[in-house]
Amino acid sequence: MARLLELKGLSKAFGGLTVIDDLDLVVNEDEIVSVIGPNGAGKTTLFNLITGIYPPDAGEILLDGENLVGLPAHRITSKGVARTFQTLRLFLNMTVLENVMASQYGRTKVGFARAMLRTPGMRREEREIRARAEEKLAFFGQRLMGYRWDQPAYSLSYANRRRLEIARAMATEPRILLLDEPAAGMNPAETQELTELIGKLRTEGGYTILVIEHDMHVVEGISDRVIALDHGVKIAEGSFEEVATSEQVVEAYLGLSGTAAK
Amino acid sequence: MSEFSQTPGIPEAPEARIGVDEWVEQADERRARARGPLALAARGVERMPPSVRLLVFLAVASSLPFWLNEGDLFSYGLFTLLYATLALGLNVVVGFAGLLDLGYVAFYGIGAYTYALLSSDHYGIHWPAEVTIPIAMAVTALFGLGLGLTSRRLLGDYLAIVTLFFAQAFVAFTNTANPTIAGKGLTGGSNGIGNLDPLTFFGYQLTTTKQEYFFLVLVFALAATGLYFINQSRTGRAWRALREDPLAAEVMSIPVNRLKILAFMMGAATAGLCGAIFAAIEQATVSGNFTVSVLITIYAIVILGGLGSIAGVVLGAVVINVTFQFLAPQSDHPEIKRWLFYGTILLLVAMMRPWFRPLIVIAGTVAFGFATHAIVAAAAPASWTAGHAVDAGSPSRAKAIADWVIIPVGHPGFRTYTYIGLVAAIVGLRALKGWWRTVGLIPVLYLTAIVWENALAPNPAVTALILFGAMLVALMTVRPQGLLGTARVEIV
Repeated sequence: MARLLELKGLSKAFGGLTVIDDLDLVVNEDEIVSVIGPNGAGKTTLFNLITGIYPPDAGEILLDGENLVGLPAHRITSKGVARTFQTLRLFLNMTVLENVMASQYGRTKVGFARAMLRTPGMRREEREIRARAEEKLAFFGQRLMGYRWDQPAYSLSYANRRRLEIARAMATEPRILLLDEPAAGMNPAETQELTELIGKLRTEGGYTILVIEHDMHVVEGISDRVIALDHGVKIAEGSFEEVATSEQVVEAYLGLSGTAAK
Repeated sequence: MSEFSQTPGIPEAPEARIGVDEWVEQADERRARARGPLALAARGVERMPPSVRLLVFLAVASSLPFWLNEGDLFSYGLFTLLYATLALGLNVVVGFAGLLDLGYVAFYGIGAYTYALLSSDHYGIHWPAEVTIPIAMAVTALFGLGLGLTSRRLLGDYLAIVTLFFAQAFVAFTNTANPTIAGKGLTGGSNGIGNLDPLTFFGYQLTTTKQEYFFLVLVFALAATGLYFINQSRTGRAWRALREDPLAAEVMSIPVNRLKILAFMMGAATAGLCGAIFAAIEQATVSGNFTVSVLITIYAIVILGGLGSIAGVVLGAVVINVTFQFLAPQSDHPEIKRWLFYGTILLLVAMMRPWFRPLIVIAGTVAFGFATHAIVAAAAPASWTAGHAVDAGSPSRAKAIADWVIIPVGHPGFRTYTYIGLVAAIVGLRALKGWWRTVGLIPVLYLTAIVWENALAPNPAVTALILFGAMLVALMTVRPQGLLGTARVEIV
């Protein structure tokens, strides 16, 4: 399998606190890889480094062999890395459809002059943007369809906001999709639905997926491979069973086996 | 694997969030149910498609020259359109992209001075307007680029202060620095530059107010259409996205810095266009026309109308400019300000529910006024009721008003004390509830009339500013998003 995303010796410290420490990580094409780890393990920082929100202190981030380090965030996204946010950062006062249309900026090219004149080319591109947005929203079944398109994003339920975040990321036409805790705040039925959706994202959407998740049912259900982080260091890697039974992982979550397991 | 089912860190509070969602979901309904003439008017405009809205406005605007005289057309028509176009440009920066640009008025000035330098006797250059106006727009856009570069690093308050410096530096430069170039002060110092060429396009000269007005109708229509189209495009969406959340916008492939600078440049070019036209119409340009007070007026237009709403900004320009012109000390129609004032108060009172409450208040105020007047006339020296209303339109009307309102002659402290008393009474009124407030409103309204007749009407310039402040305070309480703006919901 071809390596799509490869991190080599990635490090990041905030002041004296090392958050990511000499991390190597590979995501192959068409793979679903989960990143787990206790709070503060550096999972979200890892996503922030890959998407260019923070520059790494050392190391390389290769997408299909091309180094992304130093590129501004919007260029990285245009190259094919899209993400969702754990804390939900939708454009709340824009409509559902507009959210998904806005994120196609890097994939479209009509400038302000043509927009002001509303040239035929501009209108064609605008139709394409809309069609693509509708297509991405249709991916979620009836959840984000119909009358919801013209509603402001703030009016969506929490689970639908999470879905819209995914749709918005999909609209940037990424090769790899980084999902930051997609099941956070969802009830068991919604979590089950999301697990199926992530599988569908790979089979029907053709995305390679790197996901941070705390819900171990989701992790078990979707992952080809699981990577466990603690204090910015990879402590285990392999199938879900391997990682879940790894002594180091249990220790990271629950403390030293001898003392804390009362 | 079962030990993972209770993993720490899963947010367990969907209930609280659902509550927020329900509240938010009802926002539209609540807005739709809102009553009162303002809400009705706003909904009416909202239902019209934008093209119809523009055509209706243009039809009304084009009819003005046929029923307004030259002077009125100049102050009510021409300047409303000029301010509307100017505010549309500011709306791009502040409304669409959400950047607090306090240097905007300097671009207006730069446009005016560019026209003055290239189409006047100052340097003996007499380029026609079809050359000068595009140059003025390009020059201001370049300055916009320069100022926009600061927005790469500065946010919020910092950006506001730095851009405000720019505005002040522009006034200081044109007024005081006035560098000598080619044997002449570049900007003409405090006298500015005079004797500018009238607007001349391809040999055709616009000389009358009517011609200039129709030219402005055209400019306004083009600017409004162009800016509306851009707001509906990929660029407009990107501006809104970066206003909502710059970090998320950047991660969603939007080059935030480039778009901020583009917003600055578009705004600046619009201001430059207005500045050049303004200079040509006035046939002179002085730095005093580009001070912070003009900036505040443009901001008030945008805020009153509703940030980000093109129709709202136009409505704001109409309201603010027309009010200002009626309250101008040298206004041709000094009597109209009284109708506006009492009309607004009546309108506000009429919005009270249930229906008979306004009747009680109005009847009570009239009766209270006559009673008070009769008591003062009987008990106090004649000088206390000897005054006449100013700018009433006719002597009999002035007398009629003075028969109801106490207008003393030769009691200079009176208007000061009543003014302070009115402010205190309004604050006090807020402490009353229900019917007590309705009853308390009666003397307060009468006091308002006294303050208006004694203090405000004779000093329209000050009154304009006071009413202006009161208007914005009222707007902030009733409709913080502006007349036609969309309420923005902030949730976390």
